Amino acid sequence: MKVLVAVKRVIDYNVKVRVKADNTGVDLTNIKMAMNPFCEIAVEEAVRLKEKGVATEIVVVSIGPKVAQEQIRTALALGADRGILVETDEEVQSLQAAKLLKAIVDEEQPQLVILGKQSIDTDNNQTGQMLAALAGMAQGTFASEVVVEGDKVNVTREIDGGLMTVGLSLPAVVTTDLRLNEPRYASLPNIMKAKKKPLDTKSPADLGVDIANTLKITKVEEPPVRSAGVKVADVAELVDKLKNEAKVI
Amino acid sequence: MSILVIADHDNGSLKPVTLNVLSAAKAIGGDIDVLVAGEGCSAVAEVVAKADGVAKVLVADNAAYGHQLAENLSLLVADLGKGYSHVLTSAGTTGKDFLPRVAALLDVAQISDIIKVESADTFVRPIYAGNAIATVQSSDAIKVITVRGTAFDPVSAEGGSASVESIDNVQDAGISSFVSEEMAKSDRPELTAADIVISGGRGMQNGDNFKILESVADKLGAAVGASRAAVDAGFVPNDMQVGQTGKIVAPNLYIAVGISGAIQHLAGMSGSKVIVAINKDEEAPIFQVADYGLVADLFEAVPELDAAL
Ligand SMILES: Cc1cc2nc3c(=O)[nH]c(=O)nc-3n(C[C@H](O)[C@H](O)[C@H](O)COP(=O)(O)OP(=O)(O)OC[C@H]3O[C@@H](n4cnc5c(N)ncnc54)[C@H](O)[C@@H]3O)c2cc1C
Ligand SMILES: Nc1ncnc2c1ncn2[C@@H]1O[C@H](COP(=O)(O)O)[C@@H](O)[C@H]1O
Repeated sequence: MKVLVAVKRVIDYNVKVRVKADNTGVDLTNIKMAMNPFCEIAVEEAVRLKEKGVATEIVVVSIGPKVAQEQIRTALALGADRGILVETDEEVQSLQAAKLLKAIVDEEQPQLVILGKQSIDTDNNQTGQMLAALAGMAQGTFASEVVVEGDKVNVTREIDGGLMTVGLSLPAVVTTDLRLNEPRYASLPNIMKAKKKPLDTKSPADLGVDIANTLKITKVEEPPVRSAGVKVADVAELVDKLKNEAKVI
Repeated sequence: MSILVIADHDNGSLKPVTLNVLSAAKAIGGDIDVLVAGEGCSAVAEVVAKADGVAKVLVADNAAYGHQLAENLSLLVADLGKGYSHVLTSAGTTGKDFLPRVAALLDVAQISDIIKVESADTFVRPIYAGNAIATVQSSDAIKVITVRGTAFDPVSAEGGSASVESIDNVQDAGISSFVSEEMAKSDRPELTAADIVISGGRGMQNGDNFKILESVADKLGAAVGASRAAVDAGFVPNDMQVGQTGKIVAPNLYIAVGISGAIQHLAGMSGSKVIVAINKDEEAPIFQVADYGLVADLFEAVPELDAAL
């Protein structure tokens, strides 16, 4: 079966962002960018499904500026077969991303679509669910295990309180949680090979999707800063402080 | 303004976070209705009808909603939601699962995880793991919102007398089914609602060692949490993870034991009133946010703490 994977280009997860002085956003100049960590897990899962003989083709799609090709190439080096870049320099919010992905789904007709559960920049946690609703598909969100059997997929989900397994008819959408797998690194030969794999570029207009946003960020601020407190010498002093100074126990 | 709040519950009892979501709804202002969708959930409806500020409780009691399957629930909520200016639920794993579907079906954006209401169309939410705080204004006709419970004081559970109305609206998409569930059992308070949380990290070395945290937790009436590293290593179950992609906690007292303090962990606990860190590495970043830092081997310090309480 064909598997579609959506990967987003975001700030590297190790970078601590700085809010711009004029409060219009965060400063992204000269900041290291990377594939969203949850999307790496999505790519890895697709590759494992292919290694198991369940998936026959892996198509990876990203929506963003031209440089997002880098993240598609990374996915190709990890084992995806071909890429699609929906190129735009505009900010694309989750609903519009879901509509663009729906248009790709209509063209590609995948049996399984794997996305990250959350982008680490917007922390939205929406796109996969929205895509599933628009495409009329079932969804297995926050997946820690994905088992395809015939025309169904069983997804174990990390939920508040524990784990829940749902059975979904295919085609379906899966969003990845951290413990689904541990992504591999791309080898140098595979990185070279990936350069020759096909990568198509489309525009939102080609797909017939209006990407105008309805949410406007009017201000971005620093969170309240916490300053380091004091070091206590021993447990006795700690207990004393908690009882008599902070009065929390 | 009219607001629909979707209650969090397990068919038998109302989850307290619903009272925090009601508080966010009150801050928006307007009539507040609550939907209880589930199977055999009438007791929940009776409880929520007593909460302060609720006008009407709608009960959709059907097997299709028994496990809160997003495919079914979203059809119901989108159908009802058309009649409201705002649709709210908590940013727990159930709300995060079904509400984006509702937004897509209504063709509006979702505003995730709000921590403050500025006005009926403007909300505040953390982005970049809480390293930036965004104010977001929506021009959508219906505002679809998940609420971070810990950011809002709960409304009173008593004092209201809302009417309870059964609705006959069965939506079964027929594309998903419940297979099984494995819930962690604990007598301790729920992480996101606890007054005190004690969390262990990779420094705990194994799951067995969490017993020393549990003993302290029981003396303090605390919940026990963990870092991602401790969960990934299999020391403890996933629902104990605190952080950007785990649970967000904001207790009066948070005790981090053997946790280095990565930004993704801080995103989940830096709203705590008082933070204590116990770590043997005095350079650990957790000390930069801790009110009280103890540089010590946890295997000595935690039993000592236990004995001192
Ligand atoms: C996309 C993404 C999402 C993430 N989401 C989360 C999340 O939600 N929550 C989260 O926690 N992390 C999250 N992480 C992981 C995060 O980056 C860190 O890797 C993780 O928090 C580290 O856990 P830790 O502090 O327990 O382990 P470590 O960083 O290994 O720290 C262990 C600490 O224990 C101390 N220690 C060891 N032995 C002892 C001893 N005997 N006595 C005292 N101290 C001792 C050490 O000095 C060290 O400081 C995420 C990462 C990514 C990429
Ligand atoms: N611009 C994008 N390009 C490709 N995939 C995206 C994009 N935005 C969101 N996604 C996918 O949706 C997931 C969840 O994103 P979000 O809903 O923004 O938190 C990501 O992990 C991606 O898999």
